[in-house]
Amino acid sequence: MKILVPVKRVVDFNVKVRVKSDGSGVDIAGVKMAMNPFDEISVEEAVRLKEKGIATEIVAISMGVPACAETIRTALAMGADRGILVETDAELQPLAVAKLMAAIAAKEQPQLIILGKQAIDDDMNATGQMLAALLGWPQGTFASRVLIEGDHITVTREVDGGLETIVLSLPAVITTDLRLNEPRYASLPNIMKARKKPIETVKPADLGVDVTPRLTVLKVVEPAKRQAGVKVKSVAELVAKLKTEAKVI
Amino acid sequence: MTALVLLDHEAGAIKQPSRSAVAAAQALGEVHALVVGAGVQAAAEAAAKLPGVAKVLVADAPEYAHALAEPVAALLVGLAPGYSHLLAAATAIGKNIMPRVAALLDAQPISDIAGVVDADTFVRPIYAGNALATVKSADAKKVITVRAASFDPVPAEGGTAIVEPAPAVASPSMSRFVSAELSKSERPELTAARVVISGGRGMQSGDNFKLLEPIADKLGAAVGASRAAVDAGFVPNDYQVGQTGKIVAPELYVAVGISGAIQHLAGMKDSKVIVAINKDEEAPIFQVADYGLVADLFVALPELAAELERG
Repeated sequence: MKILVPVKRVVDFNVKVRVKSDGSGVDIAGVKMAMNPFDEISVEEAVRLKEKGIATEIVAISMGVPACAETIRTALAMGADRGILVETDAELQPLAVAKLMAAIAAKEQPQLIILGKQAIDDDMNATGQMLAALLGWPQGTFASRVLIEGDHITVTREVDGGLETIVLSLPAVITTDLRLNEPRYASLPNIMKARKKPIETVKPADLGVDVTPRLTVLKVVEPAKRQAGVKVKSVAELVAKLKTEAKVI
Repeated sequence: MTALVLLDHEAGAIKQPSRSAVAAAQALGEVHALVVGAGVQAAAEAAAKLPGVAKVLVADAPEYAHALAEPVAALLVGLAPGYSHLLAAATAIGKNIMPRVAALLDAQPISDIAGVVDADTFVRPIYAGNALATVKSADAKKVITVRAASFDPVPAEGGTAIVEPAPAVASPSMSRFVSAELSKSERPELTAARVVISGGRGMQSGDNFKLLEPIADKLGAAVGASRAAVDAGFVPNDYQVGQTGKIVAPELYVAVGISGAIQHLAGMKDSKVIVAINKDEEAPIFQVADYGLVADLFVALPELAAELERG
């Protein structure tokens, strides 16, 4: 089966972003960028399905500025077969990304699309669910285990009280949670090989999608800072303060 | 303008995060609530008692038993014409279902709102809560999930809403529930607990989480964990407090052996009082803690349990 894996270029998870002083957004100029961590888990899962002989081809897709091709290269180095870059300078919100992905899926006819559950920049947690809706496919979100058997996929999901297992008919959309797998590091030979793998570039208009944002950012501010409190010297002092000063126990 | 709130319920009661979602919806206009499930009469009656809810719609059918995204989203889309806003708490159920609803309505969801400015404009955290964005939606219908920790829940009692069956909507059949393995605990749920005590990588093993239990018992606390502790396999993921786990805002949050990574702080920094116990006095957790104790947790935890026992 063919698997599509969208990968998002985001600010590296180790970077603490700064809010711009004019309140127009966060300052990401010159900041280290990387693949969204949940998307690494998606790529890894797709590669494992290929290693098991279940997947036959993995297509990594990224959307945005030309530098998103680097994120696709990372996926290719991990084991994806080819890439598609949807190139645009426009801001892409999850609805637009889902529509672009749906248009690509209509052409590529995959049996499975694996996405990260959430991007660590906009924290929307929406694209996978929206893509499933647009395609009329079932969704297995926040997956910690997947098992493909015939024309079905069994997905164990991370839910609030523990785990839930559901069965979806294929084709389906999966979104990945933390414990699904531990993504591999690309080896140097694989990074070299990835340079030769093809990346096709298309524009949103080629896919017939209007990507106009529906949400306008009016302002971005830093949250109120918490003041550091006091250090206590002993457990006894801590308990006394919680009782008499904070009055929470 | 009328808002419809999809409620999470369990054992005939409306869960606290959903009561916070009702509170958020009250800022938008008249509030109707939707109770979905199989055999949910008690939950519907509980929903009718929520102050501020004018009407409760009940979809009681076998296909809704496990709140699968496909049938519940189809139901919400069927109900959408009567509403300007569709909301749910940002719980596993709300996060799963609401974006699907939004796509079917050609709307961009507004996830995890922490504030309501007006009917079109909302505040939501981005970058793990390191920034707060005020966003204005151009969509005809707003589809919203609500960060429960940011809104005081409406009380469980006091209202008298009318209860009506929701109109039937055809359910797509492409997913099937198999089983659930829910963590068994006598303790309160993380997102509803008045006190939360969490362990981090410093706990060193899952077994050592037992050191938190006598303290949690004494304080009536829920037990949580940092992502590092979950990644290390000490505890299951449903313990996780943070950007990619649960967002909590209890009266008292006790962080034990947690360094204070951005992603963890994103999940607990709205707590009223924060206590940090860590042997590294440079740990970033101390920058947000009201009370910090620099100590070896393996010494401090038994002491704390004994001190609380003394009363």
